[in-house]
Order: sequence, then C-alpha cells, then structure tokens
Amino acid sequence: MPDRTRRAKGPAPRGPGSGSSPEGTAGGGVRQQIVVSGVGGQGVLFIGRLLAEAAIARGLPVLASETHGMAQRGGTVIAHLKVGSFSSPLVRPGQADVLILLKEENAASHGRYLRAGGWAAVNAPSAPAALADAASRVVDADALARETGLGKAVNLIVLGRALAGPPGGEGAGAGLFCTPDEIRSILRSRLARQDKILDASLAALDLGITQAIPARHRR
Amino acid sequence: MAGRLLLLGNEAIARGLVEAGCAVATSYPGTPASEILSAVARWKAETSAPMHVAWSVNEKVAFETAYAASISGLRAAVSMKQVGLNVASDPFFSAAYLGVTGGFLVVSADDPGPHSSQTEQDSRRMAAMAKVPVLDPVSPRDARELVAPAFALSEAFGIPVMLRPTTRVCHASQDVPLGEVRPLGRRADFRKEPARWAATPVHRSRLHRELLEKLSRIASYEPTAPRRINPGVNGPRAVVASGVAFAHAADVLDEAGLMETLAFYRVVQPYPLHPAFVERLLAEHAEILVLEETTGVIEGQFRDRGKVRGKESGAVPEAGELLPETIEGIVARFARRKRPASRVPKEAPGRRPTLCPGCPHRASFMAIRKAAPKGIYPGDIGCYTLGTNLGAVHTVLCMGASIGQAAGFHHAYRQAGQDVDTVATIGDSTFSHAGVPPLVDAVVQGARFTLVILDNRTTAMTGNQPTPQSGRGALGEATAEVDIEALVRGCGVTYCRVGRPTRFPEFLALLKEAVAYARENGPAVVIARDPCLVDRAPFEEPAAPRRMTVSEACDGCRYCINRFECPALVYDAGENRVHHDVLLCSGCGVCAHVCPKKAIVEAPDA
Repeated sequence: MPDRTRRAKGPAPRGPGSGSSPEGTAGGGVRQQIVVSGVGGQGVLFIGRLLAEAAIARGLPVLASETHGMAQRGGTVIAHLKVGSFSSPLVRPGQADVLILLKEENAASHGRYLRAGGWAAVNAPSAPAALADAASRVVDADALARETGLGKAVNLIVLGRALAGPPGGEGAGAGLFCTPDEIRSILRSRLARQDKILDASLAALDLGITQAIPARHRR
Repeated sequence: MAGRLLLLGNEAIARGLVEAGCAVATSYPGTPASEILSAVARWKAETSAPMHVAWSVNEKVAFETAYAASISGLRAAVSMKQVGLNVASDPFFSAAYLGVTGGFLVVSADDPGPHSSQTEQDSRRMAAMAKVPVLDPVSPRDARELVAPAFALSEAFGIPVMLRPTTRVCHASQDVPLGEVRPLGRRADFRKEPARWAATPVHRSRLHRELLEKLSRIASYEPTAPRRINPGVNGPRAVVASGVAFAHAADVLDEAGLMETLAFYRVVQPYPLHPAFVERLLAEHAEILVLEETTGVIEGQFRDRGKVRGKESGAVPEAGELLPETIEGIVARFARRKRPASRVPKEAPGRRPTLCPGCPHRASFMAIRKAAPKGIYPGDIGCYTLGTNLGAVHTVLCMGASIGQAAGFHHAYRQAGQDVDTVATIGDSTFSHAGVPPLVDAVVQGARFTLVILDNRTTAMTGNQPTPQSGRGALGEATAEVDIEALVRGCGVTYCRVGRPTRFPEFLALLKEAVAYARENGPAVVIARDPCLVDRAPFEEPAAPRRMTVSEACDGCRYCINRFECPALVYDAGENRVHHDVLLCSGCGVCAHVCPKKAIVEAPDA
C-alpha cells in the first residue's frame, strides 16, 4: 500500500524537513497549473491529455482532472492539469499559471482560475472583456477552422496559440512547460495509423502557432 | 520514467484488478464508474490474462455474476456508480452475511457535486449498513495500489470489500507505474455448503454474529490502519482526511506551511474505523478536524465528539463537493489563521448540456410534444434526460421509473375520473436494465400510456458501451442479440411498432396512432430506432447528410432555438435571424419540420 511521502516544492516557501521528491520522478523544480476550458464536443479532454502525456514524456509527475458524463453533451467542460509535485488533481481559483479557453463565453466562468500574473490563450476574435486584467493571446480559431476546413481541430489551433508562448514573447513570463515539438511527437504516437487525422491535427497546431494559413489549406 | 502511463483513476483501478489476478469482472456503466470495465477488457486483451469480462444488464446481475465466481474460490470484482449500488443492494447486504471465498471487491464510485448523478449519496454508509469494510483511495496511483491489499483483506476475513473512489479519483488522471500481471491459475471450486450459501433465517442469525466478529477484527487489521503523514508534529490540533479530500488537504497544508503545525493523518479504511486510532487521537489532541466526502462516516465513529470538527459539527459543508478552495478556508479557520484575501469572483453559471446536433432523440421529443401536446411525459436516465430542455421530459426519478411512473399517472388520473395522455421515454439500455418488470406490471394492470423506447443500441451517455441488443460484448466479441420487439411483445404488449424519428413525418404519424391506441387499450410501445451520432460502431450508418439553410422567411421568432435547441442553429441578434453553424450541423434535416414559418429548407444547390 502507498505510503504518503512529502512532496518537493517549487518556489513556495518551505519549512524544515519538508523535502524529498516522490520516488522515481525527475525534473524537481517544474510546477505548472493549467486549466483548459470549453464545451462538450470541442476536445477539451484531448488537449488536457496531450499536455499530460507531454509532461510524462519529460519525466515530470502529472495530475489532471476531467469532466465526464452529461456535461460532455455540449455543456461546459473543464480540464485541470497540474505538472510537478502535487497531491490534488484540482486547480484552485486564482492559482492557474495558464488558461486555455476554447470557448470565449467561458471567460466569465473560468477566468477566475487564473492567478495574478498568469496568462490566457483564447479562441475569440478579440480579447474578452472578462479577462481584461490578464495578459492574453487571442486566436480566432473558429474562423481559421472554417477557412481551412479544419472544423474538428479548433482545440488544436488554440493549443498551438498557447504553445507560441505568453504575450510579449520571450522573457514576458513563463510559457507552457512543453514545446510544440513535444506535442507533435505525442500527436504522432497517439494518431499512428490515422494519417489523415494526424495531418489535419499537425496543420491545426501549426495554424495556431503561426496564425498564417498555408496555401494548401486555403479554401 | 519508463513504465509510467497516463491513466484515469478508473483505468488504474482496472489495472490493479488485472494485476491482482481478478478472474471475473462485471459492471453496468454509470458515471463516474464507466471506464473501469472497459479498461479491464483492454488490459485483459493486452496481457492475455484469463478472465471473464462482461457488461451485465444491470448492477444486481453484475453483482450476482461476480459473487458466484468469488464463492467458487476465484478473485472477482463488480463495479458501478453509487446509485447502481442501490440496485445491487439486495445481493450486497446478503453477501455480507454469507461471506466470500475468493477475494471479492465491490467498486462503488461516488459523485459528490453531483456532477452526473441523481444523488450525492455516500457508498461508505451503504458499506457500514451492510457491515462491510470500505477503502477510500486518494488518487489514481493510490487506487491501483489499494486493489491488491483489498483482495488480501477480503480473503483474510472471508468478506466482501468495498473500494469507494469518487469522481475526482475516477476522472483524475496521473502518471501511474504499472506492475506485473500474474494470473493466479486458480480452478473454480464451489464447495457445497447449503447452511451457508442457501442459509435459512436460523443460520442467518449465526452468520450475523460471525460478521460482527469479523468486523471487530478488521478494525484492528494493521495493513489498512490510518497513517500518520507528518510524524513528530505534535500540536493540539490534528487534521484527519480520507479520499480526494486528503489529496486536497495535503496541497493546502503544504502550501500554507501548516504541515509543521497540524498533525496530519490519512484514513485508508473509513469503516470500520480503527478504535485504537480514535483513542490515540482523542488522548493526544485537543481538537480534531475531519475532512471526508460525502457524509461524516469517519467523524461519526469518534466515541467522544466534543473535540471533533466535521460535517456533523457544522465545520464542513454537508452537501456539495468538498473543493480544495473550500478546504483551504476550513483549514485556515481551524488553524486560527487569517484566510489569504481572495479577489476571486464567484463562478458564473456555465452552459447547460444539450443533445448533440443531429441526435435522433431530439426528433423523437418533438414528435412526442406534437402527438400528445397536453400530455405528461415521464422520462428516464440517459442522454435523453436532456429532453427536459425541450419540454418533453417532466419526471426523472431513477433507472426504469419512466414506465412505473407512466402507469402510476394513468391510475392516479383514472381513479379520479380524469383522462391524460402519458408518453414515457426510455433508452434501450435502460429498458433492459429496469424497464421490463414495470412493463409487465403495466400490461397486467391495464395502464394506458405510450412508451417510446429510444433505441440506438448503445449506452451513449456513459461512452457507448454495448447493450443486450448490440450483439457485441465488452471485448468487442460477438454475443447473442436480444430482439427488443420480441421482448416487448413477450411482456404482453399488444401494440408494438418500430419507426425512425429522423424520418419525421412518418414517425409523427406512427406516434399519433400509438397515442390513440393507448387511450382505448393498454400500453402502446413505439421503438424509435436510429443510430447515435457519437457511436463509433453504430448498428447502421446515419442517413446521408443534407445541406440545410435558413431562407429569407426567417423572422427571428426563435421558436427553433427555444423548442428544438439544436446547437447547430444559431440566432444572430444583429440580423434578427437564425442560421446554421456549418461546423456543427450533422445534416439530419429534422429542423425543416420545426420552423413554424417553414424558413428552414434544404439548400437549393445541394
């Protein structure tokens, strides 16, 4: 049976004797809390799992929490992701480093998860008023998806935007814990033998990163 | 970190079952427990472990199937959601008296919140009422690791053991290290012992005394005793927690620097709580805070509750999910700390769930409202509970209740000399689960109502598990198919017709005929058969999509938005008209029959 060991902490102040990393985990200092929010059917949980697998591939401990059941039928869906040493799978309001919003209207309900100094990647034509206090990276993923026929991959376009890093570029604050290449490699292994879906997924991710529509995807 | 996989709590439980040599696993799907059995099936296939893995028709049957394996000496497990345990409670309570031979786990997943359930009931109370020990996992990793000791406990005392995860364990995911799969190679060997396995009341009294004696020994069983997390911290105050509330509390105490001030304990086995632990805590601490979901099971087992703060003392809310932010406030008050000032606004209400674009249930509901406009519409448990949004579901009580309630409405009105059209809806999986006995009863009692069986041959809400009509099992293997029409006729129903709700005009005519028949005769059954659009293995492909559009005749009345609620129909306030969201539209074409202005039409160039 498991023995609860104390967990290593990042920047938070620590008391005497609260040390040791969980057994067999690497990458001690990284701690990042991410909230992915959207509505059922958009692929919120898929984004959460890609990020969680990227954390595992990096040798980081990861805990996530998903919404299942009735809410998946078009209701509000949220995925919590905690990379680093944590015990609880839920992000407390005011604690998220990064918020990935697949649906603009969710800014009103889930904007509260962002911590002071955190940032958001948002699927919207322009920065939502509910996130006025936070730095945000905006991408009109619905419009891009319609223009390119990547209708099922709105989620990956927004993830691409998040992977492009926080507003203000380098040095403006911590980006996501993983790189676009790491996500591409997770996509390749998850979608092995599904070439068409894989190509569309990689294209959607790039679309979010560059926000430029390549010629072969123009309609 | 080779060997660590991202697993849902449910998948981790499944992995634990397969690793521990579980030979028979059964279940009926229900959120948050559904993924346990599908994952058992996957691990079984991957590791070629010899096992029988099955979706049963309901939780009671699932329980009885797995229990027979246990009393044949094999390790067995049955999994379900908390309200499923209500269905299985009859064999559950009796099996506690009779005991087990091979290790027997009852996995009952609770849903504090509730997120996707009728109640927030605490399965640990059911365990206590049945006098069965229960273990409370804190995380996916922990849930996997608790399975083998739970089997060992079950076999050490010859008793069923409950594993009680909650939604935040079931649907949390974590990097989980895998262990080896070691089939036990046991042969089924049922030892005939009628005084036990077929015990009459005279033997039951002896069995009850034996059960109580087992429980008192389990209450001092070392492997499941509470754990001290921060030995050496000896303040006047202690925090005791179990389940995911323990995980939340661990982060909260850590981040607030309270691990050096408050003695922190984890309870692994909330019932029976170890009395030695209770005595020690009462002796060593002046004040004890208990954090647990959903009721005060641990709290209630403290002999002297003067020192205990919890749900019953009013320190912890008794309803709703115990969220980490709530625990943060409770712990701060308990530690006499000022709670860190929070500028976090309250959560705005989110978007309510709705049937998928193109879902055939939406067409069925519209037809029901048109066929019996002033009727009473008893509903049932499944995606189609969402018919409430469409004004086509007036009651939702529990699995199968639509039929019993429909008959009840008929009798209630009839005895008062009143008539009412009653149209009940139930899915094919729910009909098989709990709909057959009330239909037999309705026939016998001459109840006059129409029953629409929404037959998509899948258990859609919980992730498209097979039904008795699907012809495939948990491993995708071919199974016998139960003919739903023959089943309905076998119940004694004289009117049973099949229609396709997406062929709307014909379906509406059929439903009107059924309602008229039911008024004069007994129950009439319409089987509404169309595939589920999110089913990856539908019994047939949906009809070819049609390109729909909204013509200039649209005057922005929003009847379609309010009464049909298809996510693919979007109202544009600026233009005061409705259009189709082409990313969402499935092309079912049913909306053409909704618009009172006939403004929704097939696109002319299509």
